[in-house]
Amino acid sequence: MEQVPLSHVLILSSTLFFLGVYGFFSRRNLITMLMSVELILNSVNINFIAFNKYLFPHQLEGVFFTMFIIVVAAAEISLSIAIVINLYRRFKTIDIEDTTTMKF
Amino acid sequence: MSASTIIFYVLATLVLVFGAITVFSRKIFRAAISLLLSLSFIAGIYLLWGMDFIAALQIIIYVGGIVVLIIFSIFLTHRAGEKLSKPLPKRLLSAGIMAVIGLGFTSWVVYNNAFAPAVTSGAVEPTVHNIGLQMLNYTSYGYVFPFEVINILLLAALVGSIVIAIKKTNKEEE
Repeated sequence: MEQVPLSHVLILSSTLFFLGVYGFFSRRNLITMLMSVELILNSVNINFIAFNKYLFPHQLEGVFFTMFIIVVAAAEISLSIAIVINLYRRFKTIDIEDTTTMKF
Repeated sequence: MSASTIIFYVLATLVLVFGAITVFSRKIFRAAISLLLSLSFIAGIYLLWGMDFIAALQIIIYVGGIVVLIIFSIFLTHRAGEKLSKPLPKRLLSAGIMAVIGLGFTSWVVYNNAFAPAVTSGAVEPTVHNIGLQMLNYTSYGYVFPFEVINILLLAALVGSIVIAIKKTNKEEE
């Protein structure tokens, strides 16, 4: 069966990664920054799965790394949602320009 | 061009389009919904590659858990129909330059690299059986130690998020 070349998959994942990077640095809202982080993590997952499928099909390393990344992303998002809700309770906003108490 | 190739390119385009809506939209709820769609199409790509278990994990954890959590927190912290404030022009410019340069450099590296498979024979089917066997194996290339470590990480995240988000009683705040 003819396959999609690996470089096209890598272009897809790097475009998604830099979309996430752009969103992370340009957004002012904490929740949209979290969404950009999710995009970045997903592009890395696509990379791991593609390398596992195309280059190292005799092992399952990419699958395991993807599973661990998914778990770490779940832990990260639950913690940061807790932080965001706590920030909102204290400042009544989650805009990063207004929550500067800990800014040096 | 076979059907699976066409399906891959369609899915990739949809992933990128909805990812772009997630990043560029000024309406936060629309951004969250397009993040959900983007993650679902990524699960479609995994299905196309035969990675059933990872696609199921993606749907269950990302789409069913993380995005729903994000939508909950949007409802808790935003008024409906309110547009997001505009980003600062200086930061917009620096983020754009960073993303464009990074994307160009990565594409250049990818195109100038010939990826060759390390070993061509003996492919392992990514079935749940094989994944489970290798994950809980503690003799040859098993992943039982990271599995335990990730358990402790999840427990710590659970306790930590409860501790952070807990509402203090009035007596403690004073």
